[in-house]
Amino acid sequence: MCNQAVCLVAAELERQGISTVVLQLLRVVAEKVRPPRALFVPFKHGYPLEAPNDPPRQHAVIQKALGLLEGSLEAPPLLREFVR
Amino acid sequence: MGELKEFSITVRAFLMAYPWRRIDPIPWTPLIKKLAQCRLALISSAGFVLPEQAPFDETIKGGDVSFREIPSDAHVSSLIETHRSDSFDHSGINADPNLAFPIDRVRELSEQRSIGSINRRHLSFMGSITAPGRLVKESAPAMASLLREDGVDAALLVPV
Repeated sequence: MCNQAVCLVAAELERQGISTVVLQLLRVVAEKVRPPRALFVPFKHGYPLEAPNDPPRQHAVIQKALGLLEGSLEAPPLLREFVR
Repeated sequence: MGELKEFSITVRAFLMAYPWRRIDPIPWTPLIKKLAQCRLALISSAGFVLPEQAPFDETIKGGDVSFREIPSDAHVSSLIETHRSDSFDHSGINADPNLAFPIDRVRELSEQRSIGSINRRHLSFMGSITAPGRLVKESAPAMASLLREDGVDAALLVPV
């Protein structure tokens, strides 16, 4: 449910002129809900940034996610998998 | 990838039958600035609150669609997780709220000048919402309005 909820909030932010990127833990949900931009992460539920108390790993995910915000000319939805 | 097989048979059956909301048309706001010039806000659905804030209400049918403002200078150790779902392991986000609400990480990005600035507030809600009508009609527009008033350029949204 969390995956859908952040997608729906992201859509409203985009309608109001704010660029968004969401992390997604369930690809099947993101493909059905279709957020504007999403990064699929290969981690279990409860661990969207992979590991607690591990800033480098958390930064790696955030960096990939924020990277989706810049420079894409593709039509939405922009759905990408996290690759190290 | 998180997978459906992580869940119990009951939860899996619910998720397979659930009428997911399809966003159509898909709204799209291109980022017209470099990230290093952007003001960033976080939105987490992990149900974090501050000690002086009310916890999210797990008794509301269909889900609690309220949200909390979290000042960007809040100490991560002050965040209290009140997410109601028993479908995931809570130990990670309790050990380190940055795992789903990375306020320390965005602070570091700002210090490195990878982003222009951090918004003065982030937003927190509890994503265990099976009936998202009021989330879509009321809460999400209210969240967006707050961040727009703040001059936020971009937001990172993190589920749990």
